[in-house]
Amino acid sequence: MLYREAGVFKTSYAKDQETFPIPFDKAGYFLALIVAFGVIPFLVNDYWANAILLPFLIYAIAAIGLNILTGYCGQVSLGSGGFMAVGAYATYKLMTAFPDLNMIIVILLAGLVTAFVGVLFGLPSLRIKGFYLAVATLAAQFFLVWLFNKIPWFYNYSASGQISAPERVVLGFEVTGANAQPAVIYLFCLCFTVALAWVARNLTRSNTGRKWMAIRDMDIAAEIIGVNPLMAKLSAFAVSSFYIGVAGALLFSVYLGAAEVGEAFGIQKSFLVLFMVIIGGLGSIFGSFAGAAFMVLFPVLLKNVMVGQLGWATDIAAHFEFIIVGALIIIFLIVEPHGLAALWRIAKEKLRLWPFPH
Amino acid sequence: MNAVETFTTPDGRTIGGPVMEMRNITLRFGGVVAIKDISFDIREGEIRAIIGPNGAGKSSMLNVINGFYHPQEGEVFDHGKKRAPMRPYQIAHQGIARTFQNIALFKGMSTLDNIMTGRLTHMKSGILSHILWKGKAENEEVVNREKVERIIDFLEIQTIRKTPVGRLPYGLQKRVELGRALAAEPKLLLLDEPMAGMNVEEKEDMSRFILDVNDEFGTTIALIEHDMGVVMDIADRVVVMDYGKKIGDGTPDEVRSNQDVIDAYLGVAHD
Repeated sequence: MLYREAGVFKTSYAKDQETFPIPFDKAGYFLALIVAFGVIPFLVNDYWANAILLPFLIYAIAAIGLNILTGYCGQVSLGSGGFMAVGAYATYKLMTAFPDLNMIIVILLAGLVTAFVGVLFGLPSLRIKGFYLAVATLAAQFFLVWLFNKIPWFYNYSASGQISAPERVVLGFEVTGANAQPAVIYLFCLCFTVALAWVARNLTRSNTGRKWMAIRDMDIAAEIIGVNPLMAKLSAFAVSSFYIGVAGALLFSVYLGAAEVGEAFGIQKSFLVLFMVIIGGLGSIFGSFAGAAFMVLFPVLLKNVMVGQLGWATDIAAHFEFIIVGALIIIFLIVEPHGLAALWRIAKEKLRLWPFPH
Repeated sequence: MNAVETFTTPDGRTIGGPVMEMRNITLRFGGVVAIKDISFDIREGEIRAIIGPNGAGKSSMLNVINGFYHPQEGEVFDHGKKRAPMRPYQIAHQGIARTFQNIALFKGMSTLDNIMTGRLTHMKSGILSHILWKGKAENEEVVNREKVERIIDFLEIQTIRKTPVGRLPYGLQKRVELGRALAAEPKLLLLDEPMAGMNVEEKEDMSRFILDVNDEFGTTIALIEHDMGVVMDIADRVVVMDYGKKIGDGTPDEVRSNQDVIDAYLGVAHD
């Protein structure tokens, strides 16, 4: 009753192919956009921006990126942390080499650099599949982290080996550096997230997305009906790495401000993004958001309950957090392998009939 | 090629010159000879059946035609021109589509998306226009969607348009797979056991679809099938294979009376 599609008829194929064919969904989507752009910037404070909103927006980009590769094209990757590092270091090098370059362009260029690196490490996917490919991307992860540690040129020979983002201004507002306002950073990231999610949706509903899914579901059949496997896989690696690179660039420049590669972009990051995609739902853009929200919000919530409400010691709470999140991941894999996106779909189907059972 | 000879079938369809011609094809896997010196042609507008016992090399033959296997000896002639070695996806762009013995649909995708994927050889827009969606990509999507809807109507699968194909029963999956191959508007349609595992009713439906495709779109069809009743009813000409060799070639009546074929199918007393 609350959620219905009855009485919704489409009279053209263009209408039928809309992202939100059901008016209720469409209204919800626009409402969310209005709240995100029009309400939250006026309410946001430092804690909310840094603990929840920024990580959510940035990891959502990374999760969409990995979902394109793993969820849509079926190529498992454990190299997300390394590719985020490429985005971050490309941003750093571009920011320091071209101080006048607009930050938006810097971040997009960093994405392109990562896309190129992603294609290079995607080449083995033409020969190997599944777990073996995962191991190959794991090699990328370790190699890239090692590279950024080993060669001082990447961190401009700084004594600490760290990279730190200089202050940059976009449209008169500071977006990086210590003085950037939370509302400005939030809006800056939100624009990237919304634009990239929209692009991802367009790609996945078009011919490009169908080629990826064809490769994922049955690569031999895909090739026989005319999909060039080389182009399909490498384009998925390129697009996916672009997203992950942009996420890494934002994470470093506007969120962290300074980073050390092993700490900020280690193997934990790869697993974090992979968990987001698995918990959110493979092959779903909504799922990427849901997974990012879950993995960002849940630890914060647990910490607030255990430390704030129950008054436990911080280190005990941190250990419990690991146990609970780990257990939840296992439960998700067993109970709902298609993730939060599938749960949401089931909830919608129940809502269609509610409160009558038939 | 010399002047194309055409002839007319008993039911009044015109059969043209060879679309695809195999000349002395030999295919080996290590020491195993899967196909041994086979030559035959497929003519424009006909329904050509390839039959034979299990392991005779029929599926390998289809795999040679669509470039999945490359024969060690012999050549494939496409419309009288020798075909250069190509990857399967390139051959798909030449207008050859096929279905598989064990259904090879994209299980995570809906019926509609599966059949839309079949049209990709006709879709020209690139990744950059897909990013923007509005304009070229959307128009192309709508134009091709119309073509796909016609196929959906033709195969009578309107109700399962948006169902993920993994959830469909076997018979419907076979039909969707045929739809995906048809969506490419192929010059030559290869069907690998389109009726395997079907009941009589489903077989009748499938035979009707194959005949209609041939009749309405003029599509040339080469099919592998084990059900002799079906083959003898719908095929114009039949190739019979056994142990990688061709043992018969001709109209159903000629093949039926061929002693080698009878021996291969019924067994022969060795004395």
